[in-house]
Amino acid sequence: MRDVAVIGAGMTKFVRRAQETPKELAFHAARMALDSCGLDIKDIDCVIHGTAPDAFDGMHMKGEYLLDGSGGFGKPYLRCYVGGGTGVFAPICAWYHLASGKFDTALVVCEEKMSSCQPHPQAAFISIFDHTTERPLLPNLLWIFALEQQRYMARYGLTVRDIAPVSVKNKRNALDHPCAQLGADLTVDDILASPLVAWPVHRLMVSPTSDGAAAVVMAAEPKAQRISDQPVWMQGVGWCLASSYWTNRDLYYPAYVEQAAWMAYKMAGVTEPRKQINIAEPYDPFAYKELHHLEGLQLAPKGKAPELLAQGVFNRDGDLPACPSGGLLGVGNPIAAAGMMKICELFWQMRGEAGKRQVPGTPERGVAQAWGDLMQVGTVTVMGTKKPHG
Amino acid sequence: MSVKITNWPGTEVTLEQIQRGDITAIPYAPRAEYAWDTGVAIRKYLEALRDGYLLGVRCPRCDRTVIPPRAFCELCFSSAIEYVPLQDTGTVNTFSLCYVTWDVQWITEPLVPAVIEIDGASEGMGILHLLGEVDPQAVKTGLRVEAVWKTKRSRQGAITDIKYFRPVRGK
Repeated sequence: MRDVAVIGAGMTKFVRRAQETPKELAFHAARMALDSCGLDIKDIDCVIHGTAPDAFDGMHMKGEYLLDGSGGFGKPYLRCYVGGGTGVFAPICAWYHLASGKFDTALVVCEEKMSSCQPHPQAAFISIFDHTTERPLLPNLLWIFALEQQRYMARYGLTVRDIAPVSVKNKRNALDHPCAQLGADLTVDDILASPLVAWPVHRLMVSPTSDGAAAVVMAAEPKAQRISDQPVWMQGVGWCLASSYWTNRDLYYPAYVEQAAWMAYKMAGVTEPRKQINIAEPYDPFAYKELHHLEGLQLAPKGKAPELLAQGVFNRDGDLPACPSGGLLGVGNPIAAAGMMKICELFWQMRGEAGKRQVPGTPERGVAQAWGDLMQVGTVTVMGTKKPHG
Repeated sequence: MSVKITNWPGTEVTLEQIQRGDITAIPYAPRAEYAWDTGVAIRKYLEALRDGYLLGVRCPRCDRTVIPPRAFCELCFSSAIEYVPLQDTGTVNTFSLCYVTWDVQWITEPLVPAVIEIDGASEGMGILHLLGEVDPQAVKTGLRVEAVWKTKRSRQGAITDIKYFRPVRGK
């Protein structure tokens, strides 16, 4: 297997509603990623596209629709999809295209335009529930997050106040992100004063719906080093899905995220994640999810992430910065593009190019993670400045 | 080169711009109709609901009883399962008080969705349903609940043949 690196990155602003079409958004992110490493589309061997439910766009074969904007014309092209986990799964797909030796370069583009779904994209989510046993109860997406957060809190005796600081931290981090939709300087009291949408979830603990795109260029050795003097290596990849019988699982802990994390850590030679990971971009569509995922990623003991959060461990200048980008809560959540934004953030952070968001010291190894489907998928990549095989 | 980029692409539009006609959008309302076959296991589940009881399946190999029923065990991947009637009582595993409907309308009286672990199934095996006849503020994990059925005549073989679950009285 060959070593594979990220060598370029780009993204659009994340906004509630973009004037651009999905194709145009995809193009802008892809073009920026290519320009950032001095490549053109003719230098790209294969294209991976990630985008989440077709229902947002009201368009079937969305992958094919997005092909031209993603630079896929006349090339081996794959649209991959694991719900919210897609944005971190797309670079994993690119990794095996390249590690296998079949291709040397890949353009990886993730795009989402949720605003097309009227009057609110939330309604598109009813179709993720079982059509016979659940949908007649008229569920919405808030239910499953609220049910999971309540289970997590009940298991460890946590309060909403223990969880709200995630929103404060991420929205504040996002003030320094030029593409952010919801950067804000708020207090825990502000979060708790926002409307209760579904106990125990307050409105400011929920990421927004967004339009946007993000992209990276990836290359296999030895081309990666020839093109880039600062490649950021894919040291480990992991992914895993739990049962779709979600009412038969204990929601307090994402065991499938742990499984995906260990798959990636094992490949990366990480045996003590808390010591060997310098920076983390866990998936944070809701405030508690960041804590849930930090535990699944083995970056906090079970039930202890809120305590570490309170101690400032996950602050941008803490021992283990988590979501220094601002995350989905701050930068925004155009689903697949949001996961890819995390890959871009690790790339920029490890090259010292994150500007005002730059974490102190030089992070050598980071982990990005996304999550989704019916609370059942974990996708994990470990990225680092060191080439895995010397 | 994040630090060197000053002009990030992407143009935000506002509702006002669209209402003024500065930005154009083409409306589309899909009309898509489906008929979902219930399959083998869920058909039995729906027939049981019509008859006023909850049905699960047991995998002898895994010694695990689950609900809703499925035609195979997803753990050992065997079709050697047995259908078993369960009780219509259970324990609240987790719940929410939801102030927003599925199509994002705000409501003042919350819906109370819950995962209810069903008596007779293995530990932790629950179904999604709603709670009713309960003070939302009194709902908690561990609450004992029972199904409130529609009348026999109005049941039609659907999960909504159970109107909701309510706290078990006097216990």
